[in-house]
Amino acid sequence: MIEIRALHKYFDDVHVLRGIDLDVNKGEVLSIIGASGSGKSTLLYCINALEGIDEGRITVDGVEVHAKSTDINKLRQKLGMVFQQWNSFPHLTALENVALSPRIVRKMSRSDARELAARRLEHIGLGDKLNSYPNALSGGQQQRLAIARALAMEPSYMLFDETTSALDPELVGEVLDAMRLLAEEGMTMICVTHEMGFARDVSDRVAYIHDGTIEEIGTPEQIFGNPESERTSRFLANVR
Amino acid sequence: MDYNFHWRPVFRSLPDLLNAGLVTLEVATLSMVFGVIIGIVFAIIRLNMRGPIRWFVISWIELARNTPALFQLFFFGFGLGAFGIHLTPFWIVLAGLTFNNAGYLAENFRGGFLAIPDTQMRAARSLGMNASQAYVRVIIPQVLRTVYHPMTNQMVWAVLMSSLGMLVGFRELSGETQFLASKTFRIFEYFAVAAVIYYVIVKIIIGSSRLLSFRLFRY
Repeated sequence: MIEIRALHKYFDDVHVLRGIDLDVNKGEVLSIIGASGSGKSTLLYCINALEGIDEGRITVDGVEVHAKSTDINKLRQKLGMVFQQWNSFPHLTALENVALSPRIVRKMSRSDARELAARRLEHIGLGDKLNSYPNALSGGQQQRLAIARALAMEPSYMLFDETTSALDPELVGEVLDAMRLLAEEGMTMICVTHEMGFARDVSDRVAYIHDGTIEEIGTPEQIFGNPESERTSRFLANVR
Repeated sequence: MDYNFHWRPVFRSLPDLLNAGLVTLEVATLSMVFGVIIGIVFAIIRLNMRGPIRWFVISWIELARNTPALFQLFFFGFGLGAFGIHLTPFWIVLAGLTFNNAGYLAENFRGGFLAIPDTQMRAARSLGMNASQAYVRVIIPQVLRTVYHPMTNQMVWAVLMSSLGMLVGFRELSGETQFLASKTFRIFEYFAVAAVIYYVIVKIIIGSSRLLSFRLFRY
């Protein structure tokens, strides 16, 4: 379980997150929607401590993420992350991209790590690309590679940061399908997304973030069908 | 003006010259190995640290890049000698070249690090790697590719710069040439042949660097 309490975050003078309270339960799929610059991605980065926080507290399975005593490298193994700019490692093949962390972080043997990586890539439909370098893959394939790479650490949670925003429109589907598959398998997911269809169909809950606070959170039916907040309905009217 | 070329003594001592060529190659290679290691560390320090260690690094880089390489060699020879530290000619040249290489390479590497998007570091860290694992496995391999050709240049420069060794009594190719030439007074002939040997060494370095790049960088 991820618990976020009274979270504040500043970038210099800019107050990006203004008191976020949020619980994410095991097995839940939470989508975070909102305008650019509202703090959605920053919130995600705070959860695995790629960004520091200024006030408040985030705990993952009872471990405080930003406490000095926390072994953050160990905790991050629980928190898989997929980025907007897929960030595949260009000097490694698809297989090596996925096998690297299991080998050096989880200390698996070389052959075990490669076997795991091959399984992960096959599962996500890249079984024929094991020895391809990322520059030979499409954006959608690279993004699926990034998903496989994160999953190879066997995380308990997956954080998705606008994973389809940088993709050509015709490649969005394959990545969303991969995420859907993952949701069906019961993975706990936090998805910052602009894909309203995905948020509506796949999520258990949807949170609308406005100006660094959670304006409204609820089931997809509630948020998309009958939003309580005037701001939420205006935002949704604009994105549709 | 009549000067008769006498090549025979040069050809007779060709084995000595070739051996000296190997010494040149050896000292240049070692100075590159140390220079690359120090250069990477310096670039990381310069980009990420504050305080006295960073000032030391910047001073080193500034001195190495903005003073004559000859003076740098003299520092390790006569400079340290004045304080009672006497290095052998080999170590004077190796230390001088390493000092110089590290300075130039640190700046090359700094550019290389800046060319890697910081999202690569974030991705690596998000997978649970600690900072040094991320550097060694993800960032530095990409940096090495970015600065590969400038590094080859630096290696060539190190070979040519090692000829300054003759001024501190080191018998690398130039020192050996000078020694033999002054014994026989066939100065032009010796240095002409030595120049050819330098040329061949550099060509071999550039050729093998290119071959190696095909093997290393398949992406």
